[in-house]
Amino acid sequence: MRIPIAALVGLIFTFAYFFVAIFAPWIAPYGMAEVVSRDVWLPPSSEFLLGTDNLGRDLLSRMIYGGRTTIFIATAATILSFSTGSILGFLAAVLGGWADQAMSRFVDLIMSIPSLIFALVVLSVMPVTVPVLILVMGLLDSTRVYRLARAVAVDINVMDYVEAAKLRGEGRTWIIFREILPNALSPLVAEMGLRFIFMVLFVSTLSFLGLGVQPPEADWGGIVKENADGIVYGIGAALYPAVAIATLAISVNLVADWVLNRTTSLKGGRG
Amino acid sequence: MSDKLLAVKDLKIGATVYPPGEKPHDIEIVHGVSFELEKGKVLGLIGESGAGKSTIGLASMAYGRGGVKITGGEVWVNGRDILQTGLGDIRALRGGEVTYVSQSAAASFNPAKQIMEQVTEAAILQGKFSRKESEARAIELFRKLGLPDPENIGSRYPHQVSGGQLQRCMTALALCPEPDLVVFDEPTTALDVTTQIDVLMAIKEAIRDTGVAALYITHDLAVVAQVSDDILVLKMGDMVEYGPVDQIINNPQEEYTQALVSVRSISHEEKEPTSEPVLTVQNITARYKGTNFDVLKNINVELHPGQTLAVVGESGSGKSTLARVITGLLPQTVGRVNFAGRDLSPDLPGRDMEDLRELQMIYQMADVAMNPRQTVGTIIGRPLELYFGLKGEAKHKRIVELLDEIEMGVEFIDRYPAELSGGQKQRVCIARALAAKPKLIICDEVTSALDPLVADGILKLLLDLQKVEDVAYLFITHDLATVKAIADSIAVMYQGEVVRYGGKTDVLSPPFDDYTDLLLSSVPEMKLGWLEEVIANRKMESAGN
Amino acid sequence: MPLIVKLLVQRIALGLLLLFLVSILIFAGTIILPGDVAQSILGQSATPEALANLRRDLGLNDPPVTRYLNWLGGLLRGDLGTALTSGQDIATAIGKRLGNTMFLAFWAAFISVPLAILLGLVAVRYRERWPDKIISAVTLASISVPEFLIAYVAIFVVSVRLRWAPSVTTIHDSMSLGEKLHTISLPVAVLTLVVLAHMMRMTRAAILNVMQSAYVETAELKGLRMFNIIWKHAFPNAVAPIVNVVMLNMAYLVVGVVVIEVVFTYPGMGQYLVDHVSKRDIPVVQACGLIFAAVYIGLNMIADIVSIIANPRLRHPK
Repeated sequence: MRIPIAALVGLIFTFAYFFVAIFAPWIAPYGMAEVVSRDVWLPPSSEFLLGTDNLGRDLLSRMIYGGRTTIFIATAATILSFSTGSILGFLAAVLGGWADQAMSRFVDLIMSIPSLIFALVVLSVMPVTVPVLILVMGLLDSTRVYRLARAVAVDINVMDYVEAAKLRGEGRTWIIFREILPNALSPLVAEMGLRFIFMVLFVSTLSFLGLGVQPPEADWGGIVKENADGIVYGIGAALYPAVAIATLAISVNLVADWVLNRTTSLKGGRG
Repeated sequence: MSDKLLAVKDLKIGATVYPPGEKPHDIEIVHGVSFELEKGKVLGLIGESGAGKSTIGLASMAYGRGGVKITGGEVWVNGRDILQTGLGDIRALRGGEVTYVSQSAAASFNPAKQIMEQVTEAAILQGKFSRKESEARAIELFRKLGLPDPENIGSRYPHQVSGGQLQRCMTALALCPEPDLVVFDEPTTALDVTTQIDVLMAIKEAIRDTGVAALYITHDLAVVAQVSDDILVLKMGDMVEYGPVDQIINNPQEEYTQALVSVRSISHEEKEPTSEPVLTVQNITARYKGTNFDVLKNINVELHPGQTLAVVGESGSGKSTLARVITGLLPQTVGRVNFAGRDLSPDLPGRDMEDLRELQMIYQMADVAMNPRQTVGTIIGRPLELYFGLKGEAKHKRIVELLDEIEMGVEFIDRYPAELSGGQKQRVCIARALAAKPKLIICDEVTSALDPLVADGILKLLLDLQKVEDVAYLFITHDLATVKAIADSIAVMYQGEVVRYGGKTDVLSPPFDDYTDLLLSSVPEMKLGWLEEVIANRKMESAGN
Repeated sequence: MPLIVKLLVQRIALGLLLLFLVSILIFAGTIILPGDVAQSILGQSATPEALANLRRDLGLNDPPVTRYLNWLGGLLRGDLGTALTSGQDIATAIGKRLGNTMFLAFWAAFISVPLAILLGLVAVRYRERWPDKIISAVTLASISVPEFLIAYVAIFVVSVRLRWAPSVTTIHDSMSLGEKLHTISLPVAVLTLVVLAHMMRMTRAAILNVMQSAYVETAELKGLRMFNIIWKHAFPNAVAPIVNVVMLNMAYLVVGVVVIEVVFTYPGMGQYLVDHVSKRDIPVVQACGLIFAAVYIGLNMIADIVSIIANPRLRHPK
């Protein structure tokens, strides 16, 4: 199997980010909240590769730990959103009838409120902790996964090969796991990449608004908030997360694109 | 050159393909085709899918669809090579000198505009006629083409008229600017046979009356024989045979042309009914959920073991619905289905494994009837596992036997459906049905998505297998030629009812009821002058009444 | 009743029903979830008596349904209640800020919509060539960075380095329109950028879909000029999908406004909402949430209504 260069670059970067996130304590030169200098917003130097932040902490270390937090929350929320959304979506498609109607109309209702607004409403009464964040983001986003999974499964469910399986006398388990799932997997995996990017942006936005990860814990959105005041003095410390988020998001996007293209070309294959 | 309206010399056409896992690259799809057309004559371009016939037709308007590019040769229209002239001249050619009628008028009309505006657009734009003249011409053409209410049909929107009517409107659109040449691209393929004959006659008369020349593109040799002066046979982008229609039909030189002419010449002797039918359909009435009319009305038919019952009808006749009732996908509201001596439960969950095993089904579109993620081995092997508990070596051995029965080798066992040709896919579906050792196989339009020669192969295979396996077929089709080839008994369906039923010879012999008569006489025959004969007969009959 | 009128009435009724259900959802979301409003206002050190008093004052002891109906009744009379933290009347506070937010969103839409459609057309015209590829690349980049970071990059470059536009955007009534526009130029530019890429990409897809249809081929085979093909044949069929794209992105813009207002400390609804979420001022959050949801539902409804009206099958029934 040949992997196109764009997808390869995407894969390498994505792996690198996850590697750094997992091994952050061994990679970061200083502690996460360790004040290493009396001077705030020091420019990059050999001692502090990205300089220091608004409290005199090593910015590189905070970026690395921040990446760990952001990626962890985004991954957990994606897994939650994905498992909930796709299981319910498949069930709705296979069961049909009132169960499908009830779930689908409820999802319509949730989706008629923008997710950020909904999250803000909920976070105004909930304690802002990491598990709550994961839960709120994951469940809100599972509505989108539900819609996709249901649509894909409904499309497959009306295929003659599924009808043939029903006429053959196959049980529901065989139909879901052997007929529908293998054909639904690729579009769902590609969507998983996009959901992950969305989660990264979502948690960063919440943290930036002060309603996500709470200080002194580092995360990319929070780093922007902490160092935003420096911008008007021409200090770019708040912009490093932009580079980190953009690189990660583009890399995952490239991988997702490749997964999706591979599926479509397989579908439209010879014959 | 100047005496010919159209002269194509050594035309080569290429396209870019995007094979999965490979770099996109260019291939040649038409390899040097040459022909000529005089004013007022009709040339038929015929071939199976992939022959390049539509591509060649569009090249006469200097047009390449999608990524198709004309890579070499000359196309002379009215004395100039249109591949060498500028864009302005090509615009004047399109819609003025040469016009186009597509297979799907429903898609080719702009849904947001009235028919009249679209029919007259080219004539006005090209400065051929004023708006008033164009509209008068359009109404005259609507009348000539036999459209109802010709004065007012132009003010309708495309979705407000039927498919057959829209196809005639498309012909009016092409003829309105008074072109020198019309390219007809499969103009009747999407229509039912009884509609096809009217449109075909309308087109033929319009060509005759206006003196326009035409390129008539189709995969159906019997159709093209009715309208053409000359025929060009194409195969995979190559010219096979080119000559006057009489010679091509009555004295084909090339083997491929001979095969095309003699297609559907399978003959099959009607078998005598045995004592006990394997399938008895009694008083079946059915309707779809949420609708208030019956799609099947009091259906009664029987099928004997090892025989074939053909259920024939046009779209909307209810023939596929009958299959859904028998398989249990649509429970009937009234009546019963008796199969192998027992009454079948109306709905699928009420049937046991033995019912399901003995009643198998083969679909029209083999592509979507097989899971693209399963290999041929898995597809054929699954019924063996499910019904007979076969595993490992025993299963493998049986799969190889079945592959052998469908005339495919053991090397196909690990292939995926996407790696098979259309005919091979349908064969695998047949093997999957046979694997269950059924008493009855329902064949739903199994040959209609295939090219005629491939379809012939499938029909021969089905007949051979019937002798060996002693299986009965319920054969659902719209194609009377197929029916003649394989049926023992026939049920003709029309608007949810069986209008004629009996042994093949009886059903196909006069006296006929009106609908069967219409249906039978509408099937194009591989014979010159057939169209005129039918039309003349119909006129005489209606005069006689 | 003609089918089209029936469908329109149905769609509007659905929008109203949705709004009603959303009001229940927002209300329920803020009371059913664990978390005690009184506790969060007074903090952990509050005495039990103070908590009990506040609960009574806020009506927290009433059953939820009664409280919801009181709240809904107030909403229908235009009474959004009073803010817990400041004691201000919420309707008055919002009125001003809603105007400011609309002012910002209007100018962002005014610039981005025509630009997106134009660039979408350019991308179609030069499909698979460099203008199209640049547009794709910019789209990918801009959906990969959150709005607030684009805003900071813009501030860093445009207002700090180049000093072209102010980074703090406080507007007030005494300013002339010109002054106001200069003040909000940077947030408008950022919002435009944020929705532009997406809108352009979707416009491109919508037009391409129409351009690849058989009736456009028919028009081409009639010898029509490209301009006529697009104007007479593609455009009437592309209106509905493009309006859909625009409305979808306007809904997205409404959300983007929230974050952008915080970055530029712009006195609008978004900043007001975010402030009061941190302060756990629930009546304000409920009111703002409902208004944002109403705008969002309204935009989606407009998109559907245009699709229904633009459909020739519904406009000219058989």
